Amino acid sequence: MNEFDPVELKRIRWRSRRGLLELDLVLTKFLAQHFDSLTPAELDAYRRLLDLPDTDFLDVVNGKAEIDDPELAGIVEILRGL
Amino acid sequence: MSVPVRHFDAVIVGAGGAGMRAALQLSEAGLKTAVLSKVFPTRSHTVAAQGGVSASLGNSEPDHWHWHMYDTVKGSDWLGDQDAIEFMCREAPKVVVELEHFGMPFDRNADGTIYQRPFGGHMSNFGEKPVRRACAAADRTGHAMLHALYQRNVRANTHFFVEWMALDLIRDAEGRVQGVVAMEMETSDIVVFQAKATLFATGGAGRIYASSTNAFINTGDGLGMAARAGIPLEDMEFWQFHPTGVAGAGVLITEGVRGEGGILRNAQGERFMERYAPNAKDLASRDVVSRAMVTEINEGRGCGPNKDHVLLDITHLDPEVIKSKLPGIREISIKFAGVDPIQAPIPVVPTCHYQMGGIPTNYKGEVVVPKDGDHKAVVPGFYAAGEVACASVHGANRLGTNSLLDLLVFGKSSANSMIEFIKSEPAELPELAMADVERSIARVKRLDEQKNGTNVHEARSAMQRVMQNHCGVFRFKDMLAEGVDKILEVEKMVKRCEIADKSKVFNTARVEALELENLIEVAKATMISANARTESRGAHVRDDAPDTPETPNGRDDKNWLKHTLWHRDGNRLEYKPVNLTPLTVETIALKTRSY
Repeated sequence: MNEFDPVELKRIRWRSRRGLLELDLVLTKFLAQHFDSLTPAELDAYRRLLDLPDTDFLDVVNGKAEIDDPELAGIVEILRGL
Repeated sequence: MSVPVRHFDAVIVGAGGAGMRAALQLSEAGLKTAVLSKVFPTRSHTVAAQGGVSASLGNSEPDHWHWHMYDTVKGSDWLGDQDAIEFMCREAPKVVVELEHFGMPFDRNADGTIYQRPFGGHMSNFGEKPVRRACAAADRTGHAMLHALYQRNVRANTHFFVEWMALDLIRDAEGRVQGVVAMEMETSDIVVFQAKATLFATGGAGRIYASSTNAFINTGDGLGMAARAGIPLEDMEFWQFHPTGVAGAGVLITEGVRGEGGILRNAQGERFMERYAPNAKDLASRDVVSRAMVTEINEGRGCGPNKDHVLLDITHLDPEVIKSKLPGIREISIKFAGVDPIQAPIPVVPTCHYQMGGIPTNYKGEVVVPKDGDHKAVVPGFYAAGEVACASVHGANRLGTNSLLDLLVFGKSSANSMIEFIKSEPAELPELAMADVERSIARVKRLDEQKNGTNVHEARSAMQRVMQNHCGVFRFKDMLAEGVDKILEVEKMVKRCEIADKSKVFNTARVEALELENLIEVAKATMISANARTESRGAHVRDDAPDTPETPNGRDDKNWLKHTLWHRDGNRLEYKPVNLTPLTVETIALKTRSY
């Protein structure tokens, strides 16, 4: 599938709705400010982050946990800065 | 009109703790069970529950379900039904041990038993002293519970329909429930899920308020669907609030901030708590602080362009103290309030957290509505459990850790009732009643065809502002009356909502518009029920309810020891008695609630 398949983009947007308010708030900002300008690699990295359980994802966003994967570092950096 | 129909023994809407506990019971009984969820099951809002689940296991010190029952009745300010509360507290040890067997990684004592910690309001020996009753999995109890239940459900062959939104309940001419109309988000296809028994486990509707700790998915879909199908909503005036959430975001600022010397200030920079609580000041109890904050805002001394919040000031504290004693607070404030609390005060406002009311049920999870003078008449085929339901175990105020317990106990009991009901039904499903299906399809069609309508975001914000300002943590007679008019105006906006994006694939604009149609039902129910209840009880606190010997703390048992039922049709209110008769023990007699 093409990384910029519009269906997949919309699916990723919906999957940014989470079980934790803190993530909803951060991801809403991310979608508004960064989502449309992501590179295919960044988009793929974001999609992989969305597969994390909410509690782990929030720990990563808050800097309480690190992810040992250089491919995800760029997106994590953006999310932490929001 | 041709709509695809799928057939199941049971259909469950919502895949949080209650929905998945029920699904497991049904699937393991060999019944064909569908679970519909807007999001992946383990991302349901149950994941946000940290504190634990209460059960009188007595692993660390003596405990008894009867003491737990007493605490829950007292916590409910006597509005809880004592049969349901007895049932829940007696079942608690069983459902917690079952969950342990499902693979829940509870914290443990050295001897291998489940570790238990104390939690607010839970006491031993009928209110004597705090008791260790909360079972937890670190600070991730809800998360661990969802994972354990999801894994078991996969093994039991539960049919999950993920990223599906239920739109409406289907009832036949006699009122029997036949299933739901639902929409697949990926395609916007509308499909009927017909079943012998239908369970709503859709959670709460905290997003009716401008400031809420609830995730965005908590839009009260089950409540909206029930209301449109003619089911009344019970005790919707009762919502639990926390005094200090970040204004505009809802993320909580722990009370520890005031413990470390944080000061609340109004627009003039005044430390206003000195006027309301000269001794305790900013450390006064939650309700006193909330009341003072709301009074300041109502009297025009709120901060910001809309004068809708106050400030929590810790700029006078040593930055090292902030970093060491209040870890995370600086980050929360920077991230969600946009201010560094070392340099500027944090905007805060009382924040909605939990909905005590909901779809009226008995302790078996069966939905009950008044019929021919019987206020306990069962709606055949319809069940509800968890935050969407009102059993009523939380009454006017919920105790911490009783919400996860509620999910487990009533998820299971509703499923057991469903199993019994399904077995008693003929093997063949009845002919599908099309009237509700057509109404539901027409509702979506209206939205797609609306021209020159209201913007969804604007209508939702208007609703949230009205609820926050007129029906928040502390309530005033005139504001409530005005609030009723305003929320009915907002309803007119919602009825004319328009979406610009009419596409079919993952159209979040359409989903959000449909969610708003559910939220507005909850908002109306809340405002109208709160306006009518002229006493203070539990979380419903009114400025005009006098504290007298007959009505201590404004609680008026003579006139208001009763459940509210709001009917969508004509915004009619009726009332039904509180069940003060437990199943096996003596009633827990009315008393003034004090700790």
